Amino acid sequence: MTSPISRGFRGRRPDTGIAMKLPPGQYETHEFPVLSAGPTPRTPLDRWSFTLAGTDGNKASWSWTEFEALPHETITRDIHCVTKWSKFDTVWTGVSVDAIIEAGAAKGVRPAQFIVAACDGGYTTNLPLADVTGGKAWVAVGFDGKPLHPEHGGPARLLVPHLYFWKSAKWVREIHFRDHDEPGFWEGLGYHMRGDPWKEQRYTGDE
Amino acid sequence: MDEVAATPTSPSLSLPIAWRIATVLEIIVETPRVRTLVLDVPGWPGHRAGQHVDVRLTAEDGYQTERSYSIASAPESVHLSLTIERLEDGEVSSYLVDVLQVGDKLELRGPIGGHFAWSISDGGPLMLVGGGSGIVPLMAMLRQRTFASADVRRAIPARLLYSSRSWAELIYRDELARLAAADDTLQVTHTITREPPSGWQGFHRRIDAAMLAELVWPPSTRPHLFVCGPTSLVEMVAEGLVALGHEPTSVRTERFGPTGAAP
Repeated sequence: MTSPISRGFRGRRPDTGIAMKLPPGQYETHEFPVLSAGPTPRTPLDRWSFTLAGTDGNKASWSWTEFEALPHETITRDIHCVTKWSKFDTVWTGVSVDAIIEAGAAKGVRPAQFIVAACDGGYTTNLPLADVTGGKAWVAVGFDGKPLHPEHGGPARLLVPHLYFWKSAKWVREIHFRDHDEPGFWEGLGYHMRGDPWKEQRYTGDE
Repeated sequence: MDEVAATPTSPSLSLPIAWRIATVLEIIVETPRVRTLVLDVPGWPGHRAGQHVDVRLTAEDGYQTERSYSIASAPESVHLSLTIERLEDGEVSSYLVDVLQVGDKLELRGPIGGHFAWSISDGGPLMLVGGGSGIVPLMAMLRQRTFASADVRRAIPARLLYSSRSWAELIYRDELARLAAADDTLQVTHTITREPPSGWQGFHRRIDAAMLAELVWPPSTRPHLFVCGPTSLVEMVAEGLVALGHEPTSVRTERFGPTGAAP
């Protein structure tokens, strides 16, 4: 079905450089909107821990101090929210999921084909392993050179910039390996299982 | 933390959410910057109060842009209503408020959003806190409630705390007054943050902990809590509700509109 022309709509086209960086249906924002399903959890660092769990029950955990000792890197990426805003050149600091998996392997945790990220407040999201390895995902603790604010997911959030930002789970505390792809919070409420912004995979059944 | 449970996707959610072409039947001027669009949407699958739609505009050269808008109408209403606030510099909202006319077509899809939603069958008590255009999805909930019998409404009391900048910018002002006057199981409390009307006896400040303590049912009554509006308001209210002892998972929030100062 071709879209009807909106009578009298002129629109505000982004210039070509920006247009190329915008996935379908997105617009650029210079703000950093906060969206969440509920109140902002606030976990003190001395009570924070991060856990990687295998399908066989093996677990590896890091306290905040231990997590800080893992290799950190700073990266710049564009991010795309399913609510249509995109923000370019966001700067994050964190530990790559690759490095976390490597550190977990040393403690006997073996990866599986899928993950579920679990967070303070009860939020969850699911991802294929292939979407969080090979330099595509981080557990981020800093934004724009400062510690990540709780409103934006601090102390730590998952960061998976190539997918819609609901996959970048705020307040992440655990990554569980799974043999099957299991819908997380939004995925179970009608959002797409994978969420590729370039294919406009917003909702269940899209593409 | 407990072992993570799987959330099976219900079969009804596996259908693609199709784009539909709506026709504008009526445009209601709510406030100087706010309009309600009453739409005929052939094949509309129905919705729950609190859900929203994606609207897509297409220019003659094929340029397209999309935005989300909360559904203002109750599920029982014959037509679908969207209430739109014209944002300063808003590409889509300025078109919908200033250019769109009765008879025009509008492309949309939905309903979207399964968390910030309420049905009468969910029960109560129902506590709604909104700021500015955050009133829209809350109004759908209150409008649905009017379709219930007096007995049902007595079993599901509702309270609305609504923050607006001024009397002139209070969306649905007259309808809210009529609903509250006709229904003693509905309590509507306004707070005007900037320019109250002369003789105003009500709250004249941003929503704060004291206001919440005064107006929100205690946690022991397990109210259904919905908070919607600009981020700073939602953040303050959600935190305030948790501080009053409400379970964080019982506080449902929706944040939209411009980030920055609350009304």
